[in-house]
Amino acid sequence: MSQPSTHSDAETAPRLVLEQLSCERDDRLLFSGLSLTASAGEIWQITGANGAGKTTLLRILVGLHGFYEGVCQWWQPQWQQELLYLGHQPGVREELNPLENLRYACALSEQGGDPMAALAAVGLQGFEDVPAAHLSAGQKRRIALARLWLEHKAVWVLDEPYTAIDQDGVAALDQQIQQAAQAGALVIYTSHHQVGDGVRRLHLAHGQADVLAGGLA
Amino acid sequence: MSVFRAALSRELLVLWRSPAEIINPLFFFVMVISLFPLAISPKPELLALVAPGVLWVAALLAVMLSLDGLFRRDQESGVLELLLTAPVMAVVPVSAKLLAHWLLTGLPLVLISPVLAHMLQLPDGVLGTVMLSLLLGTPALTIIGAIGAALTVGLNRGGILLAVLVLPLYIPVLIFGAGAVSAAVDGGAVNGILAILGALLALTVSLGPLAVAAGLKISSGN
Repeated sequence: MSQPSTHSDAETAPRLVLEQLSCERDDRLLFSGLSLTASAGEIWQITGANGAGKTTLLRILVGLHGFYEGVCQWWQPQWQQELLYLGHQPGVREELNPLENLRYACALSEQGGDPMAALAAVGLQGFEDVPAAHLSAGQKRRIALARLWLEHKAVWVLDEPYTAIDQDGVAALDQQIQQAAQAGALVIYTSHHQVGDGVRRLHLAHGQADVLAGGLA
Repeated sequence: MSVFRAALSRELLVLWRSPAEIINPLFFFVMVISLFPLAISPKPELLALVAPGVLWVAALLAVMLSLDGLFRRDQESGVLELLLTAPVMAVVPVSAKLLAHWLLTGLPLVLISPVLAHMLQLPDGVLGTVMLSLLLGTPALTIIGAIGAALTVGLNRGGILLAVLVLPLYIPVLIFGAGAVSAAVDGGAVNGILAILGALLALTVSLGPLAVAAGLKISSGN
């Protein structure tokens, strides 16, 4: 269920269609006339100045923000089954240790896999039992990122996944995102950091949304 | 069902590790009730007259006090977004949260109430009714209050707004809860009043979690 569909299908299947999407917030136009089709196997980077509406756009995509005009259409009605969303905040409660936090996130999103191995993969080995209150901002972010090392979902929506992550972590994350895309996942993320070649870019500025095609397009 | 179980154990764990959330309402309940004999008069006949109302008002405020932070920290930490984007219906983890919250904040009020009722000079024969009325009433108070907490979670200072939203809805529970205890003090029949409290509980348990989940969606911006 959680594995993306077969490779040949996955390469071309459109996963997300946006048509004339526009959003206003506090009487300010964040973006308008945003149309794009994102398919399986693609990586989309959303850039823009602080306050340009990157987080709001992601929240619209995952259904958290309902005040917009236009069409935001996923490829299947049960798309939430296949969604891995990491929000602006890491979603980590300080009372719980990394393992408990991760297990709860997995239970909610019905994501299988080995939590211990995932925590080890993000460099939290030996910290499984430490309350998150005693961890650094980067380590808390890593707890959330550990979900990328569990069973793959077909769509990844990541809000600033690189925040507070050190150089080695950034490299590991780049690799994981590229592997997921190669395996047929659609990855949409906001960051100023570019994962690698062939990334499609969407730039939000002054109420406009411009699709800047990446190397592959 | 496994989601419910995982969520329930997680909520109990979170609450257990922040003991202030459990102790504050209980402490408030005990404090308010122990101040009344000092402030009014320790005369048994006078205390017994006001005791049902005092017990119930104190319990109601204690429950409301515990609710302001019900969703706040989950919202600040981003767990709420996780919950609302999950493939499971939000009502499942929300119900687990409400159950855990009542078990660790509402149930202690019920368990300590006989001691406080005794302190307010209520006859021993009505202690059972006191406990039963609170057992039926406090879960309803928790769930109704959670609807208000869900709607105000996005606001920085939702405390007063929460009270304004929730207090009118608390009134039926208060009337029948305190009414049951008063009737027991007067030696009247209490079963009918307790049945109405039970009906209120059934209503809130069946529909409340849905309203809470919808409230959280509204607060998130839907």
